[in-house]
Amino acid sequence: MTEDKLQIFIDGVSRYFEHTEGNDLRVGTPYLAANSEPVSMDYTGIIGVSGSSKGCVYFTAPKAMLKHMILSLGEPDTSEANMVDLVGEVANTISGNARRELGKEFMISVPVVVSGTPSRVHLPADLRSYVVPATWRSYHAAVVICLQR
Amino acid sequence: MFSLMIVDDSNIIRSKIHRAHDRQRFHVVAVAKDGAEAVKLFQDSQPQVVTMDLTMPNMDGIACIETLAELNPEVLILVVSALSDQATGIEALEKGASGFLLKPFSEEQLREALDELTEHLDD
Repeated sequence: MTEDKLQIFIDGVSRYFEHTEGNDLRVGTPYLAANSEPVSMDYTGIIGVSGSSKGCVYFTAPKAMLKHMILSLGEPDTSEANMVDLVGEVANTISGNARRELGKEFMISVPVVVSGTPSRVHLPADLRSYVVPATWRSYHAAVVICLQR
Repeated sequence: MFSLMIVDDSNIIRSKIHRAHDRQRFHVVAVAKDGAEAVKLFQDSQPQVVTMDLTMPNMDGIACIETLAELNPEVLILVVSALSDQATGIEALEKGASGFLLKPFSEEQLREALDELTEHLDD
């Protein structure tokens, strides 16, 4: 994956957080990780990708961060349903931003949200993923990009 | 005052639009979580304005726009979506949408988009 393409996903997550209170997202240095041990936190919003690229893009975050984000968006209901909803929306925004840059051949699915069990994120074992660490307030989240052409 | 229907699979977005719309100008008459539910609710509620997500289960936004525009060619549909590529925007407009608001959005941006959409209508 080129640096420019990786930047598209970084821009996507930054764009989402522009609308949170304080807009203080810090994006760390991306790194490659083995798919045998996927990066996964309490809630993970996964977007399937097909067409010009194949694989998935996901946003994963801890429960405390999602609760804080929901409140910062002005929504008082921090139920599990809304945490699931939010992590899917962030993933959807990141992939929607990528589609704008990469064209309609970059086809994306509706978000699928996995909660609680990191082992449920299954990625192709023979590939590696780019992990983009993101810190909001004191919380650590990540955007993970696993794509093959 | 205009009647408004909100269509989005995200509860947070539905709630945000509900909170953000200008209560002096819009009255929410229906809320749907996917395109299929929107089509069912549309006939009974007869909204003048619809906010429409695109990526939804059951029936996506593009198919829903086409159906609603067939049922009532006068309806004003504001697409509210994270999908911002040109081809998707053009397709939505061709099927009957009247405007586009990119997610994520601020409450002010939503109000401006709804005002722009309805500025030529008498309320």
